[in-house]
This record gives sequence, structure tokens and C-alpha cells, in this order.
Amino acid sequence: MLHLPLFLIFGAICVAGAINLLVQRHPINSALSLIVVMASLAVEYLLLGAEFLAAVQVIVYAGAIMVLFVFVIMLLNAGEEEHTQGSRVALLLGVPGIAIGGVLVAWTVLRHSNTEAVALGALPGPPKDVARLLFHDFLLPFEVTSVLILIAIMGAVVLASKPGAIVRDRRPEPAQEEKRELAAVGKER
Amino acid sequence: MNSLSEVPLAYYLLLSGVLFACGVLGFLIKRNIIAIFMSIELMLNGVNLSFVAFAAHWHALSGQIFVFFVMVVAAAEAAVGLAIIIAVYRTRETLNVDQINLLKL
Repeated sequence: MLHLPLFLIFGAICVAGAINLLVQRHPINSALSLIVVMASLAVEYLLLGAEFLAAVQVIVYAGAIMVLFVFVIMLLNAGEEEHTQGSRVALLLGVPGIAIGGVLVAWTVLRHSNTEAVALGALPGPPKDVARLLFHDFLLPFEVTSVLILIAIMGAVVLASKPGAIVRDRRPEPAQEEKRELAAVGKER
Repeated sequence: MNSLSEVPLAYYLLLSGVLFACGVLGFLIKRNIIAIFMSIELMLNGVNLSFVAFAAHWHALSGQIFVFFVMVVAAAEAAVGLAIIIAVYRTRETLNVDQINLLKL
């Protein structure tokens, strides 16, 4: 009884946030609307019975990853993006194409998927079952992800540190005018 | 069937498709490299929603495990990608993808 209204409300918030992400020019506004999308997706996960995933969605996505994004936006002092003139052909062909494609996909999904309701009462998905699956059947992939995270952290540190801060010997920092030259070449193209 | 069981699977799939399409559109029309990266995250979220919806539909928990792994990989990807953005900004001093064209012919 309450499920469908909740789904519609939070689905609408989700889509509105996604469209706002596209419309906003300043990256910090896009980041904030992405947080709205992720939080309302967490509610959708709750409606589907995935309690653990809803918590992880809020903590990892809306928490950790978006903090990284906002941190980088503020670190690089990202301003508004400049608008470029789009091509007319893309507008003329693309908008009807997207409309036709979307209607076709929606029609197919609604027609050919069996629209029997998702039985929520019998849903598996309490954290206990997820944990049993994660630490028993999927134990090896779970352990491998720790190696992946470690490598990602090391890669991020190496990439984001100043050139020459880690490799201290025999690699002098590129001269300042050389950097300017690189940037100038990029701008004139 | 209890009273909470009235949203069809197709609605979840449509919402997931709309989110993914918004991500693709943002990837194509955005000019700021950080906004493009956020569009990729939006696409990942759309796919995650369809994973969870199918997991609920087929009563198979492994779909949720897949979402968990997607989140882990997305976290690693965000860390490395943002580090790459910082490195690019340090050399090119711009975030506009039109000006990051060293690999262009």
C-alpha cells in the first residue's frame, strides 16, 4: 500500500537529481545533486529489501566517494564550465532519436517483462544472509578486493603527489616554462 | 502477497534505464572533466539499481553481492581517477576536456 507511493516519490527525486546534475554548470552543484540521487537510491534499496546495501550506499557512495569529489573540486578550484556551441545536426537528429529509443525501450520492458509484483515479504536480504554469502561463497573475491583497494591507494598516492616527490633521484622537476608551453599548446588547439 | 508488494519489476528497470541514460548524456555533453567523472558514477548507480531489483525478483542474494563489489571497484576507480585529474590539472592547468588533447591526431 505504501510501497508504490514511496517508490514513485523517491524515483522522481532520483530522476530530478540526475537531470539537475546535467543542467547545472558549476561542478559543486552537480556533486550535491549526485548526493541527492544516491540518497534516494538508498531508499529504493530499502524498498527492495536490501538493508545492508542501503547502508553501504549511504556510507560509501554518498559519504566517502562524494567527499573525494567535493575535495577535488575545492582543491582544483573548479569554476563554471564554459558553454560550447553544439552542432545543429546532433540536435535535430539526436533529440527525436533519444525520444524514439526511450519509448521503444520502455514499451518493450513494460510489455515483455512479466509484471508480476516483486514479493517483498519473502525477500531475502537481511545482513546476516548477505554476510554468510559474502564470507563463505564469495570469500576469495572479497579477499582479492582488499588487494585491489591497496593497489588503488598506492596508485592514487603516486599519481597525485608532485612529480619528483616520490622518485627523488635523477628526475628533476620539469622546468616552469616547459609546463607553460605544454598548457599553451593545449589552449591554442 | 502482502500489502507491500505492488511495484512491478519493470518500474525499477525503467528507473535504472533513465538513470543510466542521464549518465550517458552527461558523459557526452559535459565539458568539465570532474562532471564527466560524476556522470560515470551515475551510470554505475543505475546499473546497481537493476542488479538489486533482479536480486529481489529472483530471490537470489548474489545480485546484492555483485552490487557490493561494484561499489568497491567504484571506490577504487574514484580514488585513481581523481588522482589522474589532479595530475592532469598540474600539467595542463585546465579542467576543460576540449583542451586536454595531447593524444588527439
